[in-house]
Amino acid sequence: MAEYLIKNGFVFDPVQGINGDKKDIAIKDGKIVESVGASAKVIDAAGKTVMAGGVDIHAHVAGPKVNVGRNFRPEDKKQAIYEPGRGVRRMSGGFSVPTVFKTGYEYANMGYTTVMEAAMPPFYARHVHEEIRDTPIIDQGAYPVFGNNWFVLEYLKNGEAENTAAYISWLLRMTKGFAIKCVNPGGTEAWGWGLNCTSIHDPVPYFDITPAEIVKGLIEANEYLKLPHSMHVHSNNLGNPGNYETTLETLKLAEGISAKNDFGREQVLHHTHIQFHSYGGTTWGDFESRADKIADYVNSQKNITCDIGFVTLDETTTMTADGPFEHHLCELNHLKWANTDVELETGSGVVPYVYSPDIYVCGLQWAIGLEIALLAKDSMRFHMTTDHPNAGPFTRYPRVMKWLMSAKARDEMFAGMKNEDKVRDRTGLSTMDRELSLYEIAMMTRAGTAKALGLSHMYGSLTPGLCGDVAVYDYNPETASDPEAIEKAFGKAAFLFKQGELIINDGEIVSNGNKRTLWVNVKTNENPQVERDIALKFNKFYTVNQNNYEVAAHHYVPNPYVFEIDATV
Amino acid sequence: MANIVSDVICTFCGTLCDDLEIELSDDGKKIKEVYHACAIGAEKFLHSQAEDRITRPRMMQEDGTTKEVSYEEAAKYTAKILCDAKKPLMYGWSSTSCEAQSVGHEIAEAVGGMVDNTATVCHGSSLIAVQDVGIPSCTLGEAMNRADRVVFWGCNPAHAHPRHMSRYSVYPRGFFTGKGAKSRKVIVIDPRKTDTASLADAHLQLDQGRDYELLSALRVAFRGEKLPDFVAGIPKDQIYEAADLLKSGRFVIIYFGMGVTQSLGKNHNIDIAIAVTRDLNDYTKAAIMPMRGHYNVTGSGEVLGWQFGFPYCVDLSRGIARYNPGETSSNDLLVRDEVDAAFILGSDPGAHFPISSVKKIAQLPSVAIDPHLTPTTAVCKLHVPVAFVGVEVGGCCYRMDNVPIESRKVVDPPEGMLTDQEFLTMVLAEVRKCKGV
Repeated sequence: MAEYLIKNGFVFDPVQGINGDKKDIAIKDGKIVESVGASAKVIDAAGKTVMAGGVDIHAHVAGPKVNVGRNFRPEDKKQAIYEPGRGVRRMSGGFSVPTVFKTGYEYANMGYTTVMEAAMPPFYARHVHEEIRDTPIIDQGAYPVFGNNWFVLEYLKNGEAENTAAYISWLLRMTKGFAIKCVNPGGTEAWGWGLNCTSIHDPVPYFDITPAEIVKGLIEANEYLKLPHSMHVHSNNLGNPGNYETTLETLKLAEGISAKNDFGREQVLHHTHIQFHSYGGTTWGDFESRADKIADYVNSQKNITCDIGFVTLDETTTMTADGPFEHHLCELNHLKWANTDVELETGSGVVPYVYSPDIYVCGLQWAIGLEIALLAKDSMRFHMTTDHPNAGPFTRYPRVMKWLMSAKARDEMFAGMKNEDKVRDRTGLSTMDRELSLYEIAMMTRAGTAKALGLSHMYGSLTPGLCGDVAVYDYNPETASDPEAIEKAFGKAAFLFKQGELIINDGEIVSNGNKRTLWVNVKTNENPQVERDIALKFNKFYTVNQNNYEVAAHHYVPNPYVFEIDATV
Repeated sequence: MANIVSDVICTFCGTLCDDLEIELSDDGKKIKEVYHACAIGAEKFLHSQAEDRITRPRMMQEDGTTKEVSYEEAAKYTAKILCDAKKPLMYGWSSTSCEAQSVGHEIAEAVGGMVDNTATVCHGSSLIAVQDVGIPSCTLGEAMNRADRVVFWGCNPAHAHPRHMSRYSVYPRGFFTGKGAKSRKVIVIDPRKTDTASLADAHLQLDQGRDYELLSALRVAFRGEKLPDFVAGIPKDQIYEAADLLKSGRFVIIYFGMGVTQSLGKNHNIDIAIAVTRDLNDYTKAAIMPMRGHYNVTGSGEVLGWQFGFPYCVDLSRGIARYNPGETSSNDLLVRDEVDAAFILGSDPGAHFPISSVKKIAQLPSVAIDPHLTPTTAVCKLHVPVAFVGVEVGGCCYRMDNVPIESRKVVDPPEGMLTDQEFLTMVLAEVRKCKGV
């Protein structure tokens, strides 16, 4: 394999404490190394920014609901140029729900090399993996959803922690999943009857368990299993005025629990797209930001991480396993609504949405995301996401970086809003002059996310021994003054390496790499009761036989990277 | 002891039953008996064992006779007609695996093909309706476990999806439907007295082609507003009764078929059927599901979706993907003489397209890739027989509720026969040679 030396770039690597120093980065045999021989190919990075490949902790990029979004929104293809194939590239199109090829290319263009699919319905796991397999370049994993799963609800109701863990380990193996995702705990099961759970104390119909018990039980199961990532929650009551209280109550469930794992992860709870959960007021009339309360609490709790879910003020496609929320949304905007309830496991919905800067609620949502990120005391625990495509497409990350790094760019956005005064009045953002540095951006986009995923031994830093995932951006931090240069440079990496292979050469994609699917194989004690329960449910209540449930590696996961964990006691 | 393969997936219809048991000969080479399948499904497995099966590609000669050719020659011919064409039609895809579809799409991208699947004459109008108004749906098991109101609209599962009612919709005892059929009220809406209708608690025998009116009347009835004495030939009392029956359910599921998708009104019928479902969600829980026909037509829409962004009628001839049903749909392309080659895989347009379209196929350079002898293979210049997916080779298939299931290989194909994925891979290599990539 070719050796490379990336010379004289401004290097940002928070893990090693490198803050814009001019350094050379060497790559050999797929890894970052201390040095390479004289025959190494030299990449001249003088005047450019060098970082580890980006790691996205939460994006909806593959699977059934993403594909519903593609197929039921032909109009989305008109929002961006459909690009013909050329060289190693297939033709690629779509804006908020791009095709799998475009997903791979656009992440590469942003210097991202690892992306986690945020919600995998276990029953549809094959579909998720088929799309992941077809997505070029980036390493991916997928989080199966557990928060409304009948096995989990029943075991937790009965206080059977060991059985919960045994079942989770089985399901991760069956679906080739990476982490425990929990979406609107209990609420999506209630949606099976057209109902919802909007607080953490609302009992789930029939199962008679509360969201609080589900969240707490899943956190404990996660630590029992010593998984790389923590429990990953999308809490109840998303998107509603006044929901910050539900969010705080959910976060408090992690108090007193500490992380147990061999992957360097410190948090026990990751709260996703927390922007959507930081709202004050009681109606849309007195809607206001409660970013301060949420950021303060996360700042104070070392065992919690979050990603933001920045609203980018675009026309986009919302999609979530939070079925009742999507129904609620379509009642608000009266656009088309797709919904799929999944037997014994979960549900989901998809609704297009236009975040208009002319609507003050949308403007506030935009401001709240930025406010949280700028209130962060430790950017390692506040991550860059747009909850793609819910708050905006992932291709807007460079634009979000611009807003985070430039008060001027934020002021320009405020000035373009129809209800500027109202928006400024109801968020703390208008008085904030903090501008994040590239060092902090590197925390939010790779170092922090890699650590929270338990992948800091592979990604997120340029420490020798880690994967040779390196991005070079045409951005000179010493001379750049125009905020637009940030958006331009971080949307179009000049060079990109994935596992030591040159993927982007001088701005052009030259290889589809050798993408891997990450999944976790965790061994627990033999558990005849869980085995019996599984067999029983498949016999009676599933419409697929148990022997046809497992996602086979050969076709669906052709290039796996498996984390083997022993959680036997 | 009998040599039984269990948990076999039936690759016939969109019901995609996965509980078949197949008894093999002692040497494991022949299928002797098929258990649990419906008559059609069983016949598919047994049919693959026919002694007189075509096992090598055959080229039609000028005098109308056929001549056996090798798979290599067949791949070269296929690649040539695709590369020579300005706008080849690449139709079918519904009776094959997603793996084969993927390879086919690479070929289509290289040659600028018009990729269309059987939805074009089936549930394509449903796909258009979904693009207009969305679709609240669920998996078949969700309906089995919860639904106490079941509507069959313009479909006849007793014949078209024979195990649908016993596995999913009417008879099974689900988690919240422990009394099976007794837990459910079944409404059939069909102008015909079908065998499905004979099992229904209520049969609304509407005038043919008047589905839109009746659906609209239901929406009126849900709101308690006034109806004329008759709508679509149904007395208003019966409509109010049906509306009340649906509203009083805990979970309503509406299954619909070609009786509404391909009769007068087409996608507009589905628009309003979905609107009925949305309305019902204001009172209770409701879902709606198309009764997809071919076992993997759903998969074709899915793979096209994630690779190109559209579920059918995908025009790749301009180097980018376009979608415009009515313009880029197979029959429109054929009757307007817009395509100059026909590539057909995993479907039988010869039996299902209008004769005017079939005549056009007969005039074009053409290839049919299909395990069977069909009316299509009879009119195409080249017939490439391939192994049966789900019998002689496994592969991913999507059920009518979009649930992916991996079909199994039960026996080997006849010696020397290729699978469609293998054959397409050969064609792709030839196409690349021809295009110099």
